[in-house]
Amino acid sequence: MSQIFYSKDHEWVAVGADGLATIGITDHAQAALGDIVFVELPEPGRSVGKGEACAVVESVKAASDVYAPLSGTVAEVNQSIVDEPAKVNSAAEGEGWFFKLRLQDPAALTELMDRAGYDEFLGTLS
Amino acid sequence: MVEFAGYDMPLQYQGIIAEHMACRTGAALFDVSHMGQAEIADVAGLARFVPGDVAGLKPGRQRYTLLLNEAGGILDDLMMANLGAHIQLVLNAGRKAADVAHLRGNGLDVHTRFDRALLALQGPKAKDVLPEAAGLKFMDVAALVVEGIDCIVTRSGYTGEDGFEIGCAGENGEALAEKLLARGAVLAGLGARDSLRLEAGLPLYGNDIDETTDPVSAGLGFALSKKRLEHADFLGAAALAAVQAKGPARRLVGIRLEGRAPARAGAEIRGKDGQSLGHVTSGVFSPTLNAPIALGYVRADAAETGTALDLIVRDKPLPGQVTDLPFVPHNYVR
Repeated sequence: MSQIFYSKDHEWVAVGADGLATIGITDHAQAALGDIVFVELPEPGRSVGKGEACAVVESVKAASDVYAPLSGTVAEVNQSIVDEPAKVNSAAEGEGWFFKLRLQDPAALTELMDRAGYDEFLGTLS
Repeated sequence: MVEFAGYDMPLQYQGIIAEHMACRTGAALFDVSHMGQAEIADVAGLARFVPGDVAGLKPGRQRYTLLLNEAGGILDDLMMANLGAHIQLVLNAGRKAADVAHLRGNGLDVHTRFDRALLALQGPKAKDVLPEAAGLKFMDVAALVVEGIDCIVTRSGYTGEDGFEIGCAGENGEALAEKLLARGAVLAGLGARDSLRLEAGLPLYGNDIDETTDPVSAGLGFALSKKRLEHADFLGAAALAAVQAKGPARRLVGIRLEGRAPARAGAEIRGKDGQSLGHVTSGVFSPTLNAPIALGYVRADAAETGTALDLIVRDKPLPGQVTDLPFVPHNYVR
């Protein structure tokens, strides 16, 4: 796996050998949401702009949007978290990924934070 | 932690679903000290403000009742317990100041005990955690000593389960909670409290009922004394009699949704013909049923059990149907 990037909306992005960016929510985000009971994912083929709401997670108590951390086209979605939403809680930064984007501009990755930057950002919250 | 009615309240400890299921299968402990306790000595005076049979409330018994305005709107829903020397009220945190102002403003003496702690011990094993209260039946109240602490205990709650609400002096609240936890209760937060009460079909003030809703429309007719409605001897009686005679224009109903996506407060409710019928007032994913459930007001002609509806969430219709309340059966020990 290549380097992982993070957004201030608590998404992670990992670009694979196929050039696709896998996107999920961070462990911090799943912990803050609590027990996740429903996930809605974007349609493959949909083009999304950076910061656009394109997935939904529902916990017992509340709904939250998941934003596209970068612009691109949805290439693939993780049906397994629709079938088993609790997987987002147990493996947010792994098997609980949300969707893959074909990035419009891979260079834009550098606008995101690295792990150290994200950890520092988390430290400024609360 | 979340802000609720001016208090910093724990939303969850180990997780809403785990706490929810602990209450359905074991014993959960909620700190509900934010609720307002008050005492009223003038029983006849209190009767002027509530639609229930206050005079018929025997010592040692508790009843659910309402504070109503002149239009029959609900100012608060509350518990009243006859402790012999006085009636004890338990008021919603967000309403307690307004309630007291309302009662005092209309000439009733109210002794506020807002400094007291209140713990809710709920679940099928609550009776094992608090054997001192084994003699109580559902809606009984008694003064008991628990681990050397003077308590007022009722066998009641807000979860649909058997259990107790235990009031004590504020300075003893933490010690009492520690004792009950040591006896096997599990801490539960506001999140589980909401999902539990919704499964039990119990309304939440500010969501499902408020000053613009009346008890007939809200399905709280059981809290209205027929005799007192006939005598029209409480605030709001005339307005309620008119609603009863005419039939309410809308009703609070339970809705069970298909699929897994919950509908939250504010979601529009439409008939299968696309007509708007009302709005969701509370919605949650039910951990017990593993399915989304909601409460909402619908036009009275759509309130029949089994009526098919659409709930509009993110511009999409989620199918559901009107379901009998409670969603999950009550387990009271009568």
